[in-house]
Amino acid sequence: MRAIGIILAGGGSNRMRELSRKRAVCAMPVAGFYRSIDFALSNMTNSHIQTVAVFTQYNAGSLNTHLASSKWWDFGRKQGGLFVFTPAAKAGGNIWYRGTADAIAQNLDFLKGCHEPYVIITSGDCVYKMDYGKLLEYHIDKQADITVVCKDMPASVDTERFGTIRMNEESRIEDFEEKPVVAHSNTISCGVYVIRRRQLIELIERAQAEDRYDFVRDILVRFKDAKRIFGYKIKSYWNNIASVEDYYRTNMDFLKPEVRNYFFREYPGIYTKVVDLPPAKYNVGVRVSNSLVASGCIVNGTVEDSLVFKGAFIGNNCYIKNSIILNDVYIGDNTHVENCIVESHGTIQANSYYKGEPNDIKIIVESNERYVI
Amino acid sequence: MIKKEMIAMLLAGGQGSRLGVLTSRMAKPAVSFGGKYRIIDFPLSNCINSGVDTVGVLTQYRPLRLNAHIGIGIPWDLDRNIGGVSILPPYEKNVGSEWYTGTANAIYQNLEYMESYHPDYVLILSGDHIYKMDYETMLDFHKGSGADVTIAVMPVPMEEASRFGIMITDDSRRIIDFEEKPEKPRSNLASMGIYIFSWETLREALVTNRDQPGLDFGKHVIPYCKEQGRSLYAYEFNGYWKDVGTLTSYWEANMELIDIVPEFNLYEEYWKIYTSSDIQPPQFFAPESSVERSIIGDGSEICGEVRSSVIGSGVRIGKGSVVNESILMNGAVIGENCRLEKAIVAENTVIGDDVILGAFGEAENETKPGIYRDGLVTVGERSVIPSNVRIGKNTMINGETTAEDYPGGELASGRTLDKAGERE
Repeated sequence: MRAIGIILAGGGSNRMRELSRKRAVCAMPVAGFYRSIDFALSNMTNSHIQTVAVFTQYNAGSLNTHLASSKWWDFGRKQGGLFVFTPAAKAGGNIWYRGTADAIAQNLDFLKGCHEPYVIITSGDCVYKMDYGKLLEYHIDKQADITVVCKDMPASVDTERFGTIRMNEESRIEDFEEKPVVAHSNTISCGVYVIRRRQLIELIERAQAEDRYDFVRDILVRFKDAKRIFGYKIKSYWNNIASVEDYYRTNMDFLKPEVRNYFFREYPGIYTKVVDLPPAKYNVGVRVSNSLVASGCIVNGTVEDSLVFKGAFIGNNCYIKNSIILNDVYIGDNTHVENCIVESHGTIQANSYYKGEPNDIKIIVESNERYVI
Repeated sequence: MIKKEMIAMLLAGGQGSRLGVLTSRMAKPAVSFGGKYRIIDFPLSNCINSGVDTVGVLTQYRPLRLNAHIGIGIPWDLDRNIGGVSILPPYEKNVGSEWYTGTANAIYQNLEYMESYHPDYVLILSGDHIYKMDYETMLDFHKGSGADVTIAVMPVPMEEASRFGIMITDDSRRIIDFEEKPEKPRSNLASMGIYIFSWETLREALVTNRDQPGLDFGKHVIPYCKEQGRSLYAYEFNGYWKDVGTLTSYWEANMELIDIVPEFNLYEEYWKIYTSSDIQPPQFFAPESSVERSIIGDGSEICGEVRSSVIGSGVRIGKGSVVNESILMNGAVIGENCRLEKAIVAENTVIGDDVILGAFGEAENETKPGIYRDGLVTVGERSVIPSNVRIGKNTMINGETTAEDYPGGELASGRTLDKAGERE
């Protein structure tokens, strides 16, 4: 593959509410056993990209733990590998990444030291599968300076939280608005870009000289007329998870057989860190219906239309409905959880009652003493 | 120089013919166990958890599945720069090429492998038991007692002692005598087939007895060491240890895992059991499904009813099917409205719709009554069973079967239907 990969994984998000207190959005558990960044990483390795840089900043602890070994994505190679760049103390002052372009700028030496002619940039908080090789072919065909992956959203979806795009007949981007107040288009940017490496270095250096720090605002939007920027439309599954509502909806999508088939069974697969948990166990008086249960769980109660992530324990006589139970949660007996997301490692005492609304998902953060199982 | 204080030699070459069709295409250590594991995962995980990071795995019978499973040892963290896991098959020599003719002969043929690590101690393991054991504690005992050979033993009920190799010890656990399957046992300490040898003792015994045909630890090496006046000690182990040598004990050991608090607990945080699994997604339960007292592997899709069963990874159970007291291994597919009672269904088997396994009354198996018994229905890996058939108890099915193989849509109890050929 003639490209290197960059994954932008630095961000927190207020729209994740309490869920972002513990971790970066890219480290959010998804679909029972993935972490959000697994999708970008797996797409990279499945597209035969050998060298990948991950920029992290906000609450990078769980993300760094997840990436501690790169072998799960097959990046433990002599050629290339996985490089994690977190802001570090430097001579001349310690500066956080002030934006996506600044993150790349502060690590420009890495980019300069590579020899591959192209760069694939993607965010790490999206759930999708993509062959970047095809994307690169399109980019070269169009003789584009930058190619932006985009998707038509259904009219019902509120596109104002995304970057929206308007293209002409030959797919050249004419208009690019970041988080518009009133959206003029329902074509949104998926946060995946292709650009020539030298071109990127040049644009980043220019932005840096002018104290501009954001890749979308200060490079894509600013140069949309001066540079040949094209859109590459995808029709396959794509979702961003950077808000509680999107996160909840995307997870619930995995209860649909077509989504499960697409991500769990169809080639190529999505890979994640292996954690060596035993098979899930079901005791007496269990009822599980239209739900996903990950390995290492012990279930004693009722689970309906929900996702139970790795290593969770659900006590006797519990009722879990329309909810997401994150990793290693312990739920005591006789507890009712409905329309909720239970934060990972939480311990819910017996006889508790939690109920959110379908359009107002409640987040439960409980750190009680863990009972010995 | 490379130096490892203790290395392990894991005997994984045996067929385990008493597991019937389950070992027709793979060695016994490669047989699935407990949903997602294979039997060899237990000794391998014990090794790494005990700090033994150099393991030679001796293979001989049908090694492909074992080789593929072990690979370079990543799941057990045995991919090491120095040491790690090595697969040791029999090899051709200038003169006297031979298969591994006995347990100790296999170790003797790999003297060079062991020598390259300059070990002080060698741990001999077999790949066919389910247990969790800290070999480091056993090594401490070996050093503390000044033994040349330490044999792990466990107390068994006196009435069963005549089925085992029995060690007779003095108060300090020094072995003063042993007897193989005695009629009137003088002790209830049964050998577990786990030995620690001090290196020189092992080397000397193997070299001296190299011409003994079928050189075996229990029959030749241990008696030889005793004769030479070496000090032999018994290390008593009191945890869970299960021999899964027969189909019935294999089925029982699986069923023990589904107790509310099983004697053998896979859910402990420390002493994890590792395995190589390429299927990791969560399991899905359809709205009409139900499940009770079972363990289920990753990525399975359950649309029917699962009761008291051990289900592997990537298994699909169709709508209206009932699976009771059964073991379904990885990738098995069960159609709709089936009924499985006490069935052992090996990997990637496909069963059609409206199939009953375990119908009719008891009848002794026609070909191997000692193996296919206790009402079990055993289906070999990659078998196919067509729709609308009823299959009796103590039966064995192997290979791609079609409706013609079941006259009147039935296979009576005790029948053996082998279309693949057990020794193919």
